[in-house]
Parts: sequence; structure tokens; C-alpha cells
Amino acid sequence: MLRLHRLQRAPRLFTPNPAGALRTLLLIAACILLMFYDHQRGHLARVHAALSTVVYPIQAAVNAPYALADWAGEKLATHGTLVRDNATMHRQLLTDAAQLQQFQALAQENARLRDLLQAGKRVDGHVMAATLLAVDMDPFRHVMTLDKGTRAGVFDGQTLLDARGIVGQIIRADPWSSEAALITDPNQAIPVQVNRTGLRTLAVGGVDVNALSLPYLANNADVQVGDLLVTSGLGGRYPAGYPVAVVTRVQRNPAEPFASVSARPVAELNGGHAVLLFFPAVAPPSPPPPPERKVKTPPRKKPR
Amino acid sequence: MNSVLHRRANWVIVLTYVVALLLSIWPLPDWAEPFRPAWLLLATVFWCLFLPNRVGLLVTFCAGILLDTLTGSLLGEHALALLLVAWITLKLHLQIRVYPWWQQTLVVLLLMLLYTFVLFWIDGMLGFSLGALLRWMPVLITTLLWPWTAQLLGMLQQRFQVS
Repeated sequence: MLRLHRLQRAPRLFTPNPAGALRTLLLIAACILLMFYDHQRGHLARVHAALSTVVYPIQAAVNAPYALADWAGEKLATHGTLVRDNATMHRQLLTDAAQLQQFQALAQENARLRDLLQAGKRVDGHVMAATLLAVDMDPFRHVMTLDKGTRAGVFDGQTLLDARGIVGQIIRADPWSSEAALITDPNQAIPVQVNRTGLRTLAVGGVDVNALSLPYLANNADVQVGDLLVTSGLGGRYPAGYPVAVVTRVQRNPAEPFASVSARPVAELNGGHAVLLFFPAVAPPSPPPPPERKVKTPPRKKPR
Repeated sequence: MNSVLHRRANWVIVLTYVVALLLSIWPLPDWAEPFRPAWLLLATVFWCLFLPNRVGLLVTFCAGILLDTLTGSLLGEHALALLLVAWITLKLHLQIRVYPWWQQTLVVLLLMLLYTFVLFWIDGMLGFSLGALLRWMPVLITTLLWPWTAQLLGMLQQRFQVS
């Protein structure tokens, strides 16, 4: 009956105004409310989780050709390439292992010295591999999508590393994917120190994805082109001691209170490659056996 | 127009929206990123112009929210900009439809200016106001793409009898 009724209805020549005032105003109000609550992070976490699940197939579809190319590259690698890669990796492993021998001793010595200074233990942690999906987001921000979410243990504010240094941090963790802001995002700042001198400052992002700027260094600050910047661990967001960037330009203008210094991130910041999610350990994994005459100090929560 | 055909042709509209969303996040080289056309705006303007009784504000709102989720922008930002564009298009669709193609392109230019302005404005309030000049690049490119997009979508619409 219902169907018959619908078919018999004569087509109207003039359709009712599809842009009615009430509907328009309601939807615009909905947008403004959404923006208002989304701006205060965390209020719309559930809505976001649901929406990110809805759009995940689209992200996966865009990423698919790149994933396929990777996979095909793996499957179709010739014997010669594999042998060459293997040899390179062996050499690399040998070099790294040799350096690690020293590292063990240094780490132990460092822990002992820190104990003597009654400084807290360095935060140690483990990492989990994830992939930055090859999708572009807002062109005026440097934000990336990650293929791991809260189901894999990702959390807000988690540090992202790659083989060379700090990549960024998680700014929103959804169940199946998460959003990461790169260190070069205009809205991000990372506490760093100059590795050579220990000078501490902030590195902030900007428009360029391959540059960080250090706006708070005085004109007479001891900083040179080629200096390595490492995380200082201040603020408690990023773990201390990881490479961030290399200084590429130092311009001292006596008329200005601060020098203009820029640096190039050492990590690879483009999409479509593997990154590491850093999980800080609450307690160090296996503390070295304490020496006999060690003064026990209660470990502090914060690193430094 | 029978209703079976009516319902079957829904997928054409959905497909155009999905393709627009895919193109919106398709990875481009760094230098080309600021020049990305506003694909979703083109789809919205086309369907609001030629099928105003099927594609209206609600569809636009949903598509805008999905785009916001995909691009990681504030939820409702692109949705609001698209809603304003769709609203103007729906209000004037009977006039714009009979314009010659170059006048239609001018209308799209104005709509795109409005869209970009709203996005820039909201971003400015949030403190993402960098790259001011580059922000206007998509306006030109999207406008230039309109005649081709309209032609292509018009052919799709005729081929699959979407009405």
C-alpha cells in the first residue's frame, strides 16, 4: 500500500526549497558546536574514534599502492640485490655491535655517576614499529596518520622515533589509527640541547617540513653550523638524549636580541615509511647490580 | 522516472564523493601540496547545482565532516565552509544552471574564494595562519578545473541516468 501510494504521487514541478533557513541554521550551528568542543581536546574522543574508523578504508585505499609497491619490491628483489643488501647489513651490524660494546660500559658508568650526583635515573623504554601511512593531510600543518591505534597501546603524547632521530609525537590516538604531529609542525616545539655544549633551548616548527627554527638563542650563544641538537628531556614529553636536528644556519644580527638559527631534522619526516613508537618504562628494565658502598636514594619520578 | 532506476543510481553520487575524498588525501610531492584542488567543493557544487533535491545540505555536512577527519583539521571546519558554498549554490541553482560555462566558472571562483576565506579565518583563530600566499593557490586551480569536472560529471550523470 505504502509503495503504491508513493508511486501515485505526482512529481512536483517546483521542489520545496532544499536550502531552508531552519535546516541551514541548524547545520551551521552543529558545525560551530563541533569545532568548539573539538578545540578542547578530548571532549569528542568517541566521535573521533567512530569517524576515524569510518574513514580508515579511504586512508588504506590511498596507502595501498605504496604498500603494494613495497611488497612487490620485496617479492621481486633479485638474488644479487638480496646478497648485496645482506652484506651491507652485516657490515652495519658489525659496526653497531662494536659501538654497543662501549655503550654498555658507558651506560653503567653513567648510571653510577648519576647515583653519586643523586640525580634520578634516565627514563628507559622500549619501542614498537608502526608505519606512517602515505596520505597527505592539512598542507599547512605537518600531521601524519599512523597505522597503529589505542588497540596497540598507542597513547596521546607518545614520542615517535625513526632510525635516525625524533620524528614527532602522537596528538590523537584512535582505536585503529592515530594522528602524529611532526616536530616541524607550526604548532609544535621540542625542548633540545646543543650536544656539544649542553646549551638548552626550544626548537619550533614552521611552514617548511625540512626545517626547525631556534628562535630563543641569544646573539652570543655558543652555537655553530653542524652542531647536533638532542632532546633535553625537559617538560617530560620527549625522552632525553635522542638526536633531533643539525644546525644548518646561524645568523647573528646585532640589532636583534636573538640570533636567527635554523636546523634540519635528522629523522626522515615524509610519509610511507616505518617509525618507532616509544614506550617509556616505569622502572628501568634490568638495573645493574648495585655496588657495595652505594648510597640508596629514592628514585624521583621525573627524569631530571 | 521509475524508482528502481532512482535508487540504483545512488552509487554514482556516492562514488564521486568517495573519489573526491581519495583525491583530497592522495600523497603529492611536498612542493605540490599547497596546490591541491578542493575536489570535494567541485563535487558539492556540481550535485547541488544539478540534483538539488537529492544532494543537499545534509550530504554536504556529512562529506565535510569526513574530510575533516581525513585531513586532521578541526571537526566541522571544512563542513562549515562547504555548507556555506552549498547553501549559496542551492539558493541560486536555477540561475547558475542556465549560465554559459564561463559564467559558471566565475561563480565557482567566487564560491572557492568564500571557501578558502572561511578555512583561512578558522585556521587563523587557531594560530595556523602561516603560508598566507600559498593558501590562495587552490582557488585558481580549482576554478580552472571546474569546466572539465562539470563536463565529466555531466557525462556520468547522463550515462547512468542519475536524476
